[in-house]
Amino acid sequence: MIIDINFVGLIVASIMASAVPLILASCGELITERSGVLNLGVEGMMIIGAISGFALMTVTGSLIIAVFGAMFAGVLISTIFAFLTQTLITNHVATGLALTIFGIGISAMIGKNFVGIPGKEFPVLFEGLKDTIPLLSPILFGHSIVFYFAFALPFITSYFLKKTKIGLIVRAVGDSPESASNQGINVKFVRYACILYGGAMCGLAGAYLSMIYTPQWIENMTGGRGWIALALVVFSTWNPIKILIGAMIFGGLTIIQFHMQAIGVRIPVQFLTALPYIVTIIVLVVISRDSRKIRLSTPSSLGKSFHKDN
Amino acid sequence: MIKIVKRDQPSRAIFFLTPVLAIFLTLLAGGLIFYILGFKPFEALKFFFIVPIADMYGFSELLLKATPLCLIAIGLSFCFKSNNWNIGAEGQLTFGAIVSGGVALLFYEQEGFYILPIVILAGAIGGMLYASIPAILKTYFNTNEILVSLMLVYVSKLILDYLVVGPWSNPEGFNFPETRQFSDSARLPLLFEGLRIHAGIFLALAAVVISWFVFYKTYLGFQMKVSGFSLKTAKYAGYKGKKMIVLVFLISGACAGLAGVGEITGPIGQLHREVSPDYGFTAIIVAFLGRLHPVGIIFASLVVAITYLGAETAQIFMQIPKYTGQVFQGMILFFLLASDYLLFFKFKFIGSKK
Repeated sequence: MIIDINFVGLIVASIMASAVPLILASCGELITERSGVLNLGVEGMMIIGAISGFALMTVTGSLIIAVFGAMFAGVLISTIFAFLTQTLITNHVATGLALTIFGIGISAMIGKNFVGIPGKEFPVLFEGLKDTIPLLSPILFGHSIVFYFAFALPFITSYFLKKTKIGLIVRAVGDSPESASNQGINVKFVRYACILYGGAMCGLAGAYLSMIYTPQWIENMTGGRGWIALALVVFSTWNPIKILIGAMIFGGLTIIQFHMQAIGVRIPVQFLTALPYIVTIIVLVVISRDSRKIRLSTPSSLGKSFHKDN
Repeated sequence: MIKIVKRDQPSRAIFFLTPVLAIFLTLLAGGLIFYILGFKPFEALKFFFIVPIADMYGFSELLLKATPLCLIAIGLSFCFKSNNWNIGAEGQLTFGAIVSGGVALLFYEQEGFYILPIVILAGAIGGMLYASIPAILKTYFNTNEILVSLMLVYVSKLILDYLVVGPWSNPEGFNFPETRQFSDSARLPLLFEGLRIHAGIFLALAAVVISWFVFYKTYLGFQMKVSGFSLKTAKYAGYKGKKMIVLVFLISGACAGLAGVGEITGPIGQLHREVSPDYGFTAIIVAFLGRLHPVGIIFASLVVAITYLGAETAQIFMQIPKYTGQVFQGMILFFLLASDYLLFFKFKFIGSKK
């Protein structure tokens, strides 16, 4: 069997493309969790981003407005979460669930008039270089700007957390809000900021799905990617670089489905579709088995409310 | 001037009043959303919350929808009270439906009084089996139960899809994604001629009574409560934490599985792709709205069931999209959590000094 080397390149590129929304959402959620906040509303924020991006693109015709609008929509919806968990000190888990239910409902409500409308073509970069290098060309060139941003994001996030002062503050707030507060850091403000940032990234992840990956609006089109993104954060043990690896594995599982069917492997399609979820569970088990390691890398105050008495 | 002061201890009156406040605020916000969408708010709310239950048939439909919600929420209250975040009841419901549906199909075209109890039991066992996965992974591998139970929801729906399209599909069914109709002996009896309300409601009521007894009259209930407040205290008191985690998951899995049985052997009478319109997720809201109290959950399940009916009615009469139901459900939980602030804090009015 002769394997076309460019075909391999194309497969890798398609795996990377399906990893993009996971990377964006996970990196956003990672910052939120590093500040000590567990936001289970990732799925809801992503779907809001997906419909906002698609609706704005259809109505205004501007891709830039649509992309930034989707991020802004993510920020808006996460403001609800921030206000509830930080100002009204509600339970993180319950509030995040409410956010997801609300997000799925309201996105379907807005999206009613956008079903069946074809999307727009999203411009790609470096298209002229597509045939220059065998194998590498399809991987490196001819993708949207969001694609490149997603693959840079884990490195930026890692640098931000490790090397910058603000990153240090975020980590301090997540690991010990009491001492951070005693140092004069406004814990609530930092957490608000991290939640809104997470919202923006989830909004962008959603917009990527509805505008670039499958350019159309389908109800519930995130299909559990938000939850896989949450699992990826645990998988990465809160290390942004590992998110990249995890997202590639899950992207690979998604892409494998199509190719297995194409070459006629006789496995029920439902089993292949279930694979990413099953693998997520297995990976979580393997990662969490060592409870000491998990405890060392988990932000100590994750999911716990912080309230300073006046 | 208004000042926010921390209460010395959470107010008990407010504990049971805030759900009412949350419902009221949801109605206000819902009216506002309808107004923004270009509907008359009062008319829309009327179609949403009053018209659907104005007659006997509507009331029966309300009970029909409230039954699985109540049953699942009762089960979930065991988990939530003891600080276990089982959010995969939807999967446990689906798997319960699969197992009991499979057993019901074994008795295809057979009659006998013993069939229905076996089918019901199979559903409960199916739900328990499925709930035991996150429970065992949590206790022995320290795995996050939220993510595992949720991932399993997707898996269960795919298993169901595989079965009704493939091996279990009706051979005379023209390739529709559904199984054969169950025999009458495998169906829960209807309570009234012409109405869809079925005997499953007694399962829900039994769950309410049993859970009340367990919560407030047994040592196990006490242990659960203590573990919910503080895991450290529970450990110090020597409670067997791992056993309890598995137990509460099994209970809530059984309840969700029974809800699945009710759906397929009651109104539907066969397995098909969609056995539940997300009852398992909505029941989480019901459990909180009912304050994890058995009686509270009854009321909460009725209130939340209206959002299902209202969404259907409003869609038919006013072309309001049916997802409004989910929007309302999300809002109820938001407002409920927000009004919990009043539990711990109070507003103090201080007269301006002259």
